[in-house]
Amino acid sequence: MTTAIKVENLSKAYQIGQFSTGTLSRDIERWWALARGKEDPFLKIGEINDRSQKGTSDIVWSLKDLNFEVNQGEVLGIIGKNGAGKSTLLKVLSQVTTPTTGVIKMKGRISSLLEVGTGFHPELTGRENIFLNGAILGMTKSEVARKFDEIVDFSGVERYIDTPVKRYSSGMYVRLAFAVAAHLESEILVVDEVLAVGDAEFQKKCIGKMGDISKGEGRTILFVSHILNMIKSLCRKTIFLEDGTIRSIGQTEVIIQEYLSSKKKTHQIWESGAVGDHVVELRSASMIKSNGKEANTIDFTEDLYVEYTYLVKEPGFRLDPNIHIFDQNGNYIFVSSDYWSKKVYDKGLYKSVMKIPKKMLNTGIYNLGVALTSYPGTTIHFFERDALTFEVTEDVSNREMDFMGKMPGVIRPKLEWETIKISDK
Amino acid sequence: MKIKNNYSDSDNWDLIISPRKKWFDLQFRQLWAYRDLLMLFVRRDVVAFYKQTIFGPLWYFIQPVATTIVFVFVFGNLAGLSTDGLPQPLFYLAGITAWNYFSDCLKKTSTVFRDNQQIFGKVYFPRIVSPISIILSNLLKFGIQLFLLIALIIYYAFQGVDFGPGWEVLLFPIFVLLMAMQGLGLGMIITALTTKYRDLSYLVEFGVQLMMYSTTVIYPLSTLGGKMYWVVALNPMTFVIEGIRVSTLGEGILTIYTMGYVTLVSTIIFIVGVIIFNRVEKNFVDTI
Repeated sequence: MTTAIKVENLSKAYQIGQFSTGTLSRDIERWWALARGKEDPFLKIGEINDRSQKGTSDIVWSLKDLNFEVNQGEVLGIIGKNGAGKSTLLKVLSQVTTPTTGVIKMKGRISSLLEVGTGFHPELTGRENIFLNGAILGMTKSEVARKFDEIVDFSGVERYIDTPVKRYSSGMYVRLAFAVAAHLESEILVVDEVLAVGDAEFQKKCIGKMGDISKGEGRTILFVSHILNMIKSLCRKTIFLEDGTIRSIGQTEVIIQEYLSSKKKTHQIWESGAVGDHVVELRSASMIKSNGKEANTIDFTEDLYVEYTYLVKEPGFRLDPNIHIFDQNGNYIFVSSDYWSKKVYDKGLYKSVMKIPKKMLNTGIYNLGVALTSYPGTTIHFFERDALTFEVTEDVSNREMDFMGKMPGVIRPKLEWETIKISDK
Repeated sequence: MKIKNNYSDSDNWDLIISPRKKWFDLQFRQLWAYRDLLMLFVRRDVVAFYKQTIFGPLWYFIQPVATTIVFVFVFGNLAGLSTDGLPQPLFYLAGITAWNYFSDCLKKTSTVFRDNQQIFGKVYFPRIVSPISIILSNLLKFGIQLFLLIALIIYYAFQGVDFGPGWEVLLFPIFVLLMAMQGLGLGMIITALTTKYRDLSYLVEFGVQLMMYSTTVIYPLSTLGGKMYWVVALNPMTFVIEGIRVSTLGEGILTIYTMGYVTLVSTIIFIVGVIIFNRVEKNFVDTI
């Protein structure tokens, strides 16, 4: 089997923060160093990319020493948390930006789909935009012409093909845009998850088409997604990126399992001065089962206790501990607080515990943020958005139901029901 | 970074992405591969210009005509500036048409990174396609406006006014090329320098306006003397405008030295523009 893509020691550094007059003097210093053939003085002080920790320098390594190969015809998935370097890797692979160090070698023509409808012009008709977008993605006019009917057919906007796209509904727009992208002929495709667009039906069609492309035509595809099911169905091999490095690479099933368990965080400790202000400081947070043990995963039928400790350094504040819960996609599920106790705190170390009753959160992965607010005045002393991550699982055989599939929804409360017969007809 | 080709035969890669690129690289092969995109960009710019307008391409005429009328009134009649013995409308229209081509190229090119950051941030194609498409779509506009000038020339010729170019008319395309090179080069320099620091872009808008007054769009070079002559003559656009007038109307200053000067300066501006543009294009998405 031949290698289609070879990535060697790939790194990418970014400068973060504001650009202002201060950056100019540093730019001159950097330019002067490079002009004399020296190393860039500001790249040396780089550190790894962990967004949750405040760094000391404003150079951050978004990718650090990546090495991997992709065989021809392979579909490789790339997963990782936000900020792991997925987008940067895509950008470097698709030549939108260059690596800071390292080399990427490729065989064959490469197209990248980081967005659908790049360069669509609202004033141009659907037909004109197909040609324009195709050319932007690297197709020649004759290639687009050859595929034109297929593209129009796939998009299903035949009737409006000579109408300016600004008159399209947003659904028609993305369908046309995806249709162009789906008919690219290059040997290597770099695809971002945003590609699955439109309504549910069309999304299915998109994913189906992606499957066809990856299976039938022997092309090499790199596929980045948050949607693990998509990765599972399309890719046999997957890379798990973490803080800009490859944490692991291997069979998709195994990697996804590792990824999921890495996301769980059931206990965390903060050093003094890390999170908080002059009034209170966060010290620790953990998830506990009713038997007092730390909860790695929690069953749907078990109660879950969230506790966090904090040091109160100034007395006399009416503090309100509150906890925020988000689902995997970042949707806000709820916030709960101890507001009604209206307790005024002395100095000292405190612990607050909140109980999430069983049979409330549906199965899935949740993020949990802990915060402390004081009233009156509503001062937020700290709000640690990603304090803990946990998974609610379920042993389906205990469900006491005939339905065994995945229940939809984020919460799944057992509510009171009553059904009575009103009459005979 | 040392990359040596000591790989076996199976390792002939089609594409190697590495941190550094050549200093001066016009990417002719890549540009050729993307020629369809270049033409589609030109088409897009032209079509989008007159879609949903009543007058359509007529707008290409309205602006130079209006400017000429104002110039005839203000500079010709009120200020009484000389026009080298040429009918005033002819003198101004020739200068305006040429200057507009240069300034449109410069202004549009000078924002090319900012205008295209959406596309450039998502897809790779040789970035130089964008500025070149600007030069070409403006060339089309320039060509259309040229008809207006030709019509006016024919009108005055029938009126019996004695003027007209000699063999210099053959130089006309060269002057157009020089204008394009200057507009493109300067524009690329400005757009490259303003991805990180925006300051310079505020200068362009009124800078171009001021620059026009330091060329010979509204007065002939022959009326200037002493120091002023040199100040205006050093502006690389001055002898291009003069050259355009010589090659279309037969009046103006054109010698082998002026020709050599503008050719040299235009080439330098163009090469510097390409170098800076190439340096910046590979990473500008990180800083814009």
